[in-house]
Amino acid sequence: MSAQKTERLLNLVICLLSTRQFLAKEQIRLAVPQYADCPTDEAFDRMFERDKEEVREMGIPLQTGSNDAWFEDEIGYRVDRAAYALPEVPFEPDELAVLSLASRVWQQATLAGPASRALLKLKAAGVEADDASLAGVEPRVGTSEPAFEGLYAAVRDRRPVTFPYRAGRAGQVVERHLEPWGIVSWHGRWYVVGHDRDRGATRVFRLSRVAGPVTHVGSPGEVVVPDGVDIRSQVAVLAQEQPRGQATLWVRPTAGVGIRRRATAERRGAAADGWDEVLVGFSDPESLAAELAGYGPDVVVAGPEAVRDAVVRRLTAVLETAS
Amino acid sequence: MSSPGSATERLSRLLAMVPYLVSRQGIPLTEAAKEIGISEVALIKDLELLFVCGTPGHMPDDLIDAEWDDGHVYLRNADTLARPLRLGVDEALALIVGLRALVEVPGLHHRDALERTMAKLEAAAGDAALTSAQVSVEVEGESEVLAAARRALAGSRRLHLTYFVPTRDETTERDVDPMRVVLMDGRWYLEGWCRRAEAVRLFRLDRVVAIEMLDVPADVPSEATARDLDAGLFVASPEDIVVVLELDPPAHWVADYYPVESVEDLPDGRLIVRLRAADTRWLRSLVLRLAGAARVLDPPELREAVRTRASDALAAYR
Repeated sequence: MSAQKTERLLNLVICLLSTRQFLAKEQIRLAVPQYADCPTDEAFDRMFERDKEEVREMGIPLQTGSNDAWFEDEIGYRVDRAAYALPEVPFEPDELAVLSLASRVWQQATLAGPASRALLKLKAAGVEADDASLAGVEPRVGTSEPAFEGLYAAVRDRRPVTFPYRAGRAGQVVERHLEPWGIVSWHGRWYVVGHDRDRGATRVFRLSRVAGPVTHVGSPGEVVVPDGVDIRSQVAVLAQEQPRGQATLWVRPTAGVGIRRRATAERRGAAADGWDEVLVGFSDPESLAAELAGYGPDVVVAGPEAVRDAVVRRLTAVLETAS
Repeated sequence: MSSPGSATERLSRLLAMVPYLVSRQGIPLTEAAKEIGISEVALIKDLELLFVCGTPGHMPDDLIDAEWDDGHVYLRNADTLARPLRLGVDEALALIVGLRALVEVPGLHHRDALERTMAKLEAAAGDAALTSAQVSVEVEGESEVLAAARRALAGSRRLHLTYFVPTRDETTERDVDPMRVVLMDGRWYLEGWCRRAEAVRLFRLDRVVAIEMLDVPADVPSEATARDLDAGLFVASPEDIVVVLELDPPAHWVADYYPVESVEDLPDGRLIVRLRAADTRWLRSLVLRLAGAARVLDPPELREAVRTRASDALAAYR
């Protein structure tokens, strides 16, 4: 089925690329064998209209016009060859190597197909990549979040969206309305940034917390990205929390290796029983408390009280659940 | 983006592949398939389709002539399609955003090539390049350790690592013969032959406490093969222990964040997840972090370990 359609569309493209004249619909019907099989004029008309639309959506510049100024009512079609062809930009072997590495960034991700197709097109000049010097380096980005495709398309087409979003510690899901400006992979996670219609302000959303389908609302081009907005720094500012306090911990000797790795100071044997005193910065007492509770009896919080109380409350809850 | 497997998706590929093959008459079939990013079977199907297409008239002379019988691909009579179609928005964006991500890769001594390539690519893409400002991939700069790993790779030298293992909360010392460095999900990894484990291992570079290049040539055994990372970083082993957890809504993120084997939704909003672990110490720690929002259903020893750890920890505050 699909192979037949590909064949028909390919013949249509070849037919319209090979003509300098505008071809009338009836001429096209004769030239593309698959159209000859159409049982009725209506069936052909419907099929041709759909095919034209799909060819245009692929980015093929299909022109309509008339060959003869005296008979303007007879509309014909052709593909503008100059607009069709990729401009001839000669890439050097080392540049192709860099491009090939750039395309592999998307390996297994949503944009893998477009990336390798683009590379193929750029290699059509016949030059081979020289990537010996890039061997052994493989940056890749994943797009495993199901919301990626919908939000990427919305950003690309500048369409407003709505999506269910899981927020806060309680994890309740609320439908959000967003004019998306950009999509950013930051520290391995995808975020979308834009104008939040519910809050009337700029907000950042993590794609992994989108809890259902992304719905496009409004028409393409409707979203206006403000001039000079830097989506990368927006995400960096809104997604990252600055340390606001410092906690003092007593850590059993040789234990707590993980928490020591981000200590601002460490004094061996400075606490009771030869334990070590370790200082760490934190922004949210709850998330620090969660991390510290994970160490069980190997880490004791000396202060501040907010962190200490949070650890005690969390461990008490664990004990109640487990008993 | 046309949906994968659709007629237009395939047509896009055909229009990109024809100019490529025309410029490389006689390219081995295997190499062509690899470059195009499809299987050899799919490539032959594509060639068969091209074979019956051509300029109007459809006499044999008008059709594209594709030949691949001797394992080499020849494509003739395809002049109409000899130039590639302009880059589409998705295509331009994929390469431009990929290039920008490379600019941030520390120790990649190709700044000059990157800049030249970007300028040419933007020229070739034209308007299709405009959207690319709205998509960005940030690459973390683990500059010191990554640069050392890259130097060892380039010079084919052995490395000594002091490496933090969070699941056991300890640091280990080991010698590693580097095979490659990989960025996955925003983090850099070194893959290499670990002489302690006598196996291929992945090391997360942000967990490398110290790295030293040894005056010993790297010696990666011939049986060492790089891991196929497409399926993800985590590989469960049959000897691993099966752990079953019950998660209240505040702990549901665990099901997304860790490689779980199965997830079961309970009507009251709780989840039952099964996962495998070689060492359950990290799971004990995870349950302690979750403030009672997770219960260990199995194994009982793990449940007991969580209870003991919580109770011992609380004793220090009384």
